[in-house]
Amino acid sequence: MFPYVPATDSDKRYMLDKLGLDDIEDLFKDIPDNIRLKTGLKLDQPKAELEVMSSLKELADQNLDASKAAVFLGAGAYDHYIPSVVKHLVSRSEFYTAYTPYQPEISQGTLQAIFEYQSMICALTGMDVSNASLYDGASALAEAALMAADATGRNKVLVSATVNPESLRVLKTYLNTKGIELMIIPMHDGVTDTEVLKDKAGSDTAAILIQSPNFLGYIEDLSEAEKAAHEHKALFVISVDPISLGILRTPAEWNADIAVGEGQSLGSPMSFGGPGLGFMACKSALVRRMPGRIIGQTRDINGKRGFVSTLQTREQHIRRDKATSNICSNQALNALAACIYLSTVGREGIKEIALQCWHKAHYAASAMTRTGRFSLAFDQPFFMEFPITSDLDPDVIQSSLLKNGIIGGLSLEKYYPELKNTILYCVTEKRTRLEIDTLCSVLEGLK
Amino acid sequence: MSYDRLIIECSKKGRRAYSLPRLDVPETALPDSLLRAEDAALPEVSEVDVVRHFTNLSQKNYAVDIGMYPLGSCTMKYNPKLNEDAASLPGFSDIHPLQPESTVQGALKLMHEMERMLCEITGMSAFSLQPAAGAQGEAVGLMIIKAYHLHKGDEKRNRIIVPDTAHGTNPASASMVGFKVTQVKSNEDGEIDLDDLKAALGEDVAGLMLTNPNTLGLFERNIELIAKLVHDCGGLLYYDGANANAIIGKARPGDMGFDVMHLNLHKTFSTPHGGGGPGSGPVGVVEKLKDFLPVPVVSKSNDKYYLDWDRPLSIGKVKAHYGNFGVVVRAYAYILSMGAEGLQKVSETAVLNANYMMHALKDLYELPYDRTCMHEFVLSRLKDNPENITTKQIAKRLLDYGLHPPTTYFPLIVREALMIEPTESESIESLDRYIDALISIAHETVEAPELLKEAPHDTPVRLLDEVSAARTPVLKWND
Repeated sequence: MFPYVPATDSDKRYMLDKLGLDDIEDLFKDIPDNIRLKTGLKLDQPKAELEVMSSLKELADQNLDASKAAVFLGAGAYDHYIPSVVKHLVSRSEFYTAYTPYQPEISQGTLQAIFEYQSMICALTGMDVSNASLYDGASALAEAALMAADATGRNKVLVSATVNPESLRVLKTYLNTKGIELMIIPMHDGVTDTEVLKDKAGSDTAAILIQSPNFLGYIEDLSEAEKAAHEHKALFVISVDPISLGILRTPAEWNADIAVGEGQSLGSPMSFGGPGLGFMACKSALVRRMPGRIIGQTRDINGKRGFVSTLQTREQHIRRDKATSNICSNQALNALAACIYLSTVGREGIKEIALQCWHKAHYAASAMTRTGRFSLAFDQPFFMEFPITSDLDPDVIQSSLLKNGIIGGLSLEKYYPELKNTILYCVTEKRTRLEIDTLCSVLEGLK
Repeated sequence: MSYDRLIIECSKKGRRAYSLPRLDVPETALPDSLLRAEDAALPEVSEVDVVRHFTNLSQKNYAVDIGMYPLGSCTMKYNPKLNEDAASLPGFSDIHPLQPESTVQGALKLMHEMERMLCEITGMSAFSLQPAAGAQGEAVGLMIIKAYHLHKGDEKRNRIIVPDTAHGTNPASASMVGFKVTQVKSNEDGEIDLDDLKAALGEDVAGLMLTNPNTLGLFERNIELIAKLVHDCGGLLYYDGANANAIIGKARPGDMGFDVMHLNLHKTFSTPHGGGGPGSGPVGVVEKLKDFLPVPVVSKSNDKYYLDWDRPLSIGKVKAHYGNFGVVVRAYAYILSMGAEGLQKVSETAVLNANYMMHALKDLYELPYDRTCMHEFVLSRLKDNPENITTKQIAKRLLDYGLHPPTTYFPLIVREALMIEPTESESIESLDRYIDALISIAHETVEAPELLKEAPHDTPVRLLDEVSAARTPVLKWND
């Protein structure tokens, strides 16, 4: 017997008798003999719960996790604090063992939570409408580009080189396969080169895509990019860190048409890079071109408030090859986590978290650069990440930090060959002064 | 009176549900020019408010942990709790995707082992765990097909064939990847019409997407011939793994002639559906397509695992990092628990359960394709239906019985379709309760049709006005 399969031998016998069959094999006669698997799968014997857990613990123990080390690594996945309530509530199995709310009358929990998630994403970004989530920040950026190409009927997208390289790779894949041209606008002094951008934007531009804070942590001045986009009737797409929006100017204030980003920071653990969630919000005029599910408020026949999936004629299960995207499952449970997280930290907490990131990152940057041996790669305003250059090999730095219980930053040369010996550090609200001071003293002690 | 509040309606200035350590570093001034003009209008509530709010919301959901959830083609099987514990181990949940490889050897090993096990289960040569869901897996598979043809210098193949029973994601994915879509008909046995397929094939065909068993729950018995026809014209075969629960341990897509495929870990491999995600849609390929898989690929050398980015023919990346790793951990734990023997029990029991239900219901409900089904079957309207009761009304009436309805109105080729997939998780008592409910509803359509016309009666909300929701959208709380 297997704990997850309740049928007993006598149940099976009874059922086969009802069907007038001798053997369970009779049910598989439609599979031609040639292609039947006759030897059985070459997998291990079934394991008991204790055995499975001990195998998995053994693997987990081979990883250095954030409970054992101070993480100064960001670059798109972040070690923020997750209040206890988030995990407890997300773990209610009424939420996580349900599926897509196809039957709204018995899915009001999921539907209302997503409606609240959409409302809070709009509050954070200042945008008019949000969808119910996409796979991640990278695919959300790619979907925004496709949406812009569709909305403008144009075939060329400009993206800043300061966008997260993971997102850039995903964007390339999505646009390449669809035959949409992608032009990368170079970086200048750690931010988007707006002179080149203005020069390249034209009447064939579907969208301008910029990230702020950008991959290097710098806060971009988006006014020129916004002008360039709208002068040419292209869409202006901003990828943004949702935590930074506790204090920083919103995409709406920059007059973005679409705002996207990675929402892992909002209550999902890093989990080796997934699952997180991609959020997407836009101006009302674009709502019918949005990919993915959207939840709307309505009334039942007694006038009671309720929530349903709406504007479904955009979606693949109705429109098939004419849909705005192929997305079906999204990241609903991570959107729920984001909803609970934002409810928990609330209006004051999101500000305080963002401010603590700001203050701690700036303290760390100034402490790291005090001896003159380490310096900020560029002189630009930053939020909670910043690139530090020195004459030391990043691998040497990383291994020294690891010995001291610190996971150091990301070496940037792989992504920007001109940034030799430059490391991107991230300081979230979780880092303590002691951890920052330890990091600095390890750095200063290096020969 | 059931709970009816939005979290924002619980908000009161001065309440808070979080606490942070006091700032322990000196402050750095913020330039006003960088700041938002107004605070984000998030709720201000206590921790008690948050917990009660979301607990109350959870109680308005139906879920697998409450009862049978036989959504066809969604494989709503039980989600083992052990898997949740495994994924929550800090060594999995609290690791950063860009940590040095030497500090994540356990995670890389798990991925490597998982790929190997999925190859064994499917008969494929290599897997990528990167796609975040089935639909993204489809897109990746099609990108691989496209890249393969282009690599061979064959630039004319711009068409993908899908049967009329296909999931909506199939044509949507094909279109997203820049293919044109040709739909082929099903025959009277509910399988691909071979003549129609032959007519659709040609030198501009990049491939065929097929779910097997198909969405009618029927095995495509001509699969070997279909594979030959497609291969003979230079196309490739894509296997949509949505219905793989019917065949694991019994037959493998690789042996059927498929070249590229995805699996839905949130279906066949028991990971939770999460209210609509996160899923995971690993993509497997045969040997000749290996080089086209997304980067990076987990490789092993001298007992060390590493991420191989140097793959010039790769289609690139479709998702940041390595996929929904947390979902992969759960599915990995499931495969360890079940082993070869358990997985075979899964498919056998899933298929037996479906046939048992089909047999019990076909006297009262039309069964358009009356033959042995696999893990699911599709009913049509009631046989005795003087009041023209619709499938939607039957589905809504099931809610009053405390049951989740089947998938409705899909596949599109069956009128008023009710697509039932019980899965192996249901006991015979649970199947009988569901059968009894559908029989009782069949009687009600004759004896008390108004009960169906006004259903549901006993749900947290009753029939919702979807038309006005779409006509005048209210998509956030201050709209």
